[in-house]
Amino acid sequence: MDISYHDVLLVGGGGAGLRAAIAAAETNPNLSVAVVSKVYPMRSHTVSAEGGAAGVIKPGDTLDDHAYDTISGGDWLCDQDAVEIFVKEAPEELLRLEHWGCPWSRDPDGRIAVRAFGGMKKMRTWFADDKTGFHLLHTLFQTTLKYNAVTRYDEWFVTRLLVDEGRVQGVVALQLMSGRIQAITAKSVILCTGGCGRVFPFTTNASIKTGDGMALAFQAGTPLKDMEFVQYHPTGLPFTGILITEAARAEGGHLINKNGYRYLQDYNLGTPTPQPVLRNMELGPRDRLSQAFVKEVEKGHTTDTPYGPVVHLDLRHLGEKVINTRLPFVRELCLKYENIDPIKELIPVRPVIHYMMGGVHTDNNGATPLAGLYAAGEVACVSINGANRLGSNSLPELLVFGARAGRAAALAAMEQRTPSEHAISQAQDEKARLEEQFLRKTAGRERVATIRSEMHQAMESGAGIYRNQTSLENAADKLRELRERFRDIGLDDHSLTFNTELLAALELSFMLDVGSAIVESALHRTESRGAHQRTDFAGRDDQNFLAHTLIFRNPDGRIRLEKAPVVITRWPPAERVYGVKPDVKEVAAR
Amino acid sequence: MPETISLEVLRYSPERDAEPSFQRYDVPLHKDWVVLDALNYIKDKVDGSLTFRWSCRMGICGSCGMMVNGEPKLTCATFLSNYAKENKPVRVQPLRYFPVIRDLVVEVTDFMTKLQSVKPWLIRGDGKPISEGEYLQTPEQLDRYKQFSMCINCMLCYAACPVYGLDPVFIGPAAIALAQRYNMDSRDEGAHERMDVLAQHEGIWGCTFVGECTKVCPKHVDPAGAIQQYKLTATIERFKSFLMPWAAK
Repeated sequence: MDISYHDVLLVGGGGAGLRAAIAAAETNPNLSVAVVSKVYPMRSHTVSAEGGAAGVIKPGDTLDDHAYDTISGGDWLCDQDAVEIFVKEAPEELLRLEHWGCPWSRDPDGRIAVRAFGGMKKMRTWFADDKTGFHLLHTLFQTTLKYNAVTRYDEWFVTRLLVDEGRVQGVVALQLMSGRIQAITAKSVILCTGGCGRVFPFTTNASIKTGDGMALAFQAGTPLKDMEFVQYHPTGLPFTGILITEAARAEGGHLINKNGYRYLQDYNLGTPTPQPVLRNMELGPRDRLSQAFVKEVEKGHTTDTPYGPVVHLDLRHLGEKVINTRLPFVRELCLKYENIDPIKELIPVRPVIHYMMGGVHTDNNGATPLAGLYAAGEVACVSINGANRLGSNSLPELLVFGARAGRAAALAAMEQRTPSEHAISQAQDEKARLEEQFLRKTAGRERVATIRSEMHQAMESGAGIYRNQTSLENAADKLRELRERFRDIGLDDHSLTFNTELLAALELSFMLDVGSAIVESALHRTESRGAHQRTDFAGRDDQNFLAHTLIFRNPDGRIRLEKAPVVITRWPPAERVYGVKPDVKEVAAR
Repeated sequence: MPETISLEVLRYSPERDAEPSFQRYDVPLHKDWVVLDALNYIKDKVDGSLTFRWSCRMGICGSCGMMVNGEPKLTCATFLSNYAKENKPVRVQPLRYFPVIRDLVVEVTDFMTKLQSVKPWLIRGDGKPISEGEYLQTPEQLDRYKQFSMCINCMLCYAACPVYGLDPVFIGPAAIALAQRYNMDSRDEGAHERMDVLAQHEGIWGCTFVGECTKVCPKHVDPAGAIQQYKLTATIERFKSFLMPWAAK
């Protein structure tokens, strides 16, 4: 078997992976850094982020304000030491991107422009039109091209981690173009594979968002944290799930039901104002807006479409100039994919799976409990997002913690080590498994698409915006059945050249694991907090659940759940208050 | 609108086929479906071996470019119903002028090398520390290069470029537009370095300004405009170095 040797290995080449790669290369230019990505890095899903990136830069804004918005937005499940690091380093990272050429939108005087965003009480969201993720990713990718120390494995898929002697020693990866399966060893491995939205049927996430890194860590015995917290974004286009950015509401867009009524005023989110007010109405947090939608459906106030009930986003009063200059991508997406012109027409929207607050359990340097293994970006849970992420925090998060993980992994990789023989034999076993289970097997009766679609149904009906014990147990049973049936999977394609059906099967096996982790974690948390709403356990229960959920898979395959403490530094748990008087003192609750 | 539509998809497996050939599939014709949805329908329900790239399905990742009835298109942004009236199968082929790996998947390495060769990163001598804040750039300065920064690397412009078709060494529209994206950026000081790279590529003078690249660009980048800008600057530089060797660089 071919083996290649590196010091630091990135799994995933999106924003977090590329930022980590640059940080590792800058920490020690003599290290060999490798980026393994199942797509060419500039195709990574960071590219789809639209609205912006939060970082305190303007007079009148403070780091404490950003920290407080993040912590209250996260329903007090964020680790406050991590949040303090995050808000402090976010502006530095965003400025670094500026120095690398990111085309941030500007004020007339040439300084960085900022816009309002949901759940933020100050304007602090940097943006590059409404294609912020696209520009950020391309800037990072183009900047990495100048680092000769970075070796890229483009269109290679990691199938497992090599773990021996209590530490990670590299990965096994499949090259799509040739079908070659080989070991890529390293002293540190950083998972930067992003989220897992494709576990659900209706998502803003690209087809590549299959939770690969979460599953790789989980299978290696590393715990996943807070997996029950899955974010629905309130405004996705029906059928395609294409995201209409929160910036559309920050610029003054209204959400209305079938009667033309701004229904958010009925859900403790403040009262309508002619101009957008921060932390009020349409600028409330995503969890609360998505939950309000479900209540509107129950009241019969939504409009039925072939793709389920919708409400409408009204941008018409903003006028052509604002839409064209501040929201050009929104208009382009509506015109091209929905055949609607938001200058003249209402945009149909419904909540759509968008982001994973949970992920691989890490400390503030991206280190996981498994020696040598790191994680950063959406795949990781530090946690700065708690029970609900605020819009425009994910891009600075992947920069701040990508950089921290890259530096920490580089320092750890300076020790001299060679991969153990046992790790290499694991790679040979993995190669044999892939050939036997997929490429040479001709008898399988189950199709990838069938199992995937049944998984989607189970996740949506069992673990959606509102859950309860019965719905979750049904989903858990269904996922167990699907994991069993997956063993009988059969492929039409036995080719070695660019076998995307094999890729889809491997991704599906990862998603079945990640889906189970979501459902089991949701069963475990018998309270309602942020994006995790249990109809059978209404209300937050700080007595028992001001704690992270850790889910482990034991070597015998059984699942184990534990709680871990939440770090509280300066902001004791309080009620989340949104509405027209955002400066009202938030009373200590419970 | 009929209930189904036929696709003729180019199939080629290097392990099995000596030559590529077309395979015909009938798929449901839904009003909302794009060509990519039809390909996914085939892969999921009919033939799991059909091979193509895709990811975001919102026209920003640049993965799903193919030839549809002979034109380079992002298949996620091309509605099937546009072809329903023609009453003949919709032909789907890999992007023209690129070597085919399998079915609709083309080889990208050469394109990636070309992108890298133009030094597409901000080049600056002073290295101002982060603590001193941002480089100022007015909205007008931003507008000078912004259009060229919108390229999603989908390579449709290469599949449309007759010069690239004849001469695969030609560095091509997207790479030149990317070089201009940095050259025109008020923060950048690397135009001369990039000029040295571009000047090695005689192919650029072969561009006859047919403008096909600009016509097919799904993001309204104007690579043809970038090439003309570049030619003009290069000509001036050439004369400068000839007439006033001390003034160039």
